[in-house]
Amino acid sequence: MLNLFINSVFIENMVFAYFFGMCSYIAVSKSVKTALGLGAAVTFVQVMTVPLNYLLNQYVLSPNALGEGVDLSFLSFILFIAVIAAFVQLVEMIVEKFSPSLYNQLGIFLPLIAVNCAIMGGSLFMQQMVGTEINSVGDSIVYGLGSGIGWWLAIVMMAAIREKIEYSHVPAALKGPGIAFIITGLMGIAFMIFSGIQL
Amino acid sequence: MSIMKLSKNFTNPLAANNPVIVQILGICSALAVTVKLEPAFVMGISVTFVCAFANLIMSLLRTGVPSRIRIIVQLVVIATLVIVVDQFLRAFMYDVSKQLSVYVGLIITNCIVMGRVEAFALGNKPWDAFVDGIANGFGYAFILVLVAFFRELFGSGTLFGFDVLACFGYVNNSLMLFPPMALIIVGVIIWVHRSINKDLQEK
Repeated sequence: MLNLFINSVFIENMVFAYFFGMCSYIAVSKSVKTALGLGAAVTFVQVMTVPLNYLLNQYVLSPNALGEGVDLSFLSFILFIAVIAAFVQLVEMIVEKFSPSLYNQLGIFLPLIAVNCAIMGGSLFMQQMVGTEINSVGDSIVYGLGSGIGWWLAIVMMAAIREKIEYSHVPAALKGPGIAFIITGLMGIAFMIFSGIQL
Repeated sequence: MSIMKLSKNFTNPLAANNPVIVQILGICSALAVTVKLEPAFVMGISVTFVCAFANLIMSLLRTGVPSRIRIIVQLVVIATLVIVVDQFLRAFMYDVSKQLSVYVGLIITNCIVMGRVEAFALGNKPWDAFVDGIANGFGYAFILVLVAFFRELFGSGTLFGFDVLACFGYVNNSLMLFPPMALIIVGVIIWVHRSINKDLQEK
């Protein structure tokens, strides 16, 4: 389990190894404060939806789960996205009701999360890893947590670098997204040193 | 709508208002499938198909769907189209489908598809929305193929699997095959694009 956690945070980092959630990663990484908020929201939703989709996959979708000869795995895209969208909606409603101050801080990020590929990608990778790395609900929670924290780490580091780069002389045509891509690429090369670590 | 306006709508997303390098949408899959030209090409066609038909269907439904539940309706329509694409690829192009792995499923959360439905299809007639979907899909496919061209040429020395550089004694640069190089190539494409289109530069 520790191996799975380290693996999902550093080695198979959502951003640097698979480019998941790049759209909001580039768009929202302009200040550390908002990056922290979005990262926390993504990690929370990831920890909840990966186990939910794991249970759905094990007891409904996988071959012979509902009955001999019933294979519903072709429905997994539509059911996973439905679980994610419904969960995000539910969280939004609960947070709005019980903690208006938290809602004001996170409110703008929550609807964005439903279409963040990191969330959908986490569930789809979990489905592929069933039977090898992920064998129980506990494993799926650890994977959800690890991949969420990996994304969080990446966006906060990126935001910190972008705050500093405001004061540098970047060529005019490279300002904004251009330099953000190149920095992410260099960070990805740095993250490659983690590959091959086994615990 | 006149032919002039239609053709402008069609060419605009290809360069001046490209969804990938100007609006920075749909990056995730744009980078991950670009190690070789073939999967990049198939992915571009798949996204074009989903984008065009999602735009068409949502444009036909635009007066019937209450705006409160439109996101869920959009997700259902897009997810259904993606399932069609996924089953088609598994049936007829199994090798490519294996290489694309989870990224076919991620077309659902591709911001280009959702973005065009939200920004264009809900306010325009079906035929215009369909053309807009195809044009944005092509704009996306163009960048994918461009990135894959450089990565396959310098990473494996081949194009579409045929040896191109090997006969010149080129030693493959395997760094090009690693994920970070895709980001750097896109960064450089944005750099070149904005050097030409100066009005896009940030102050």
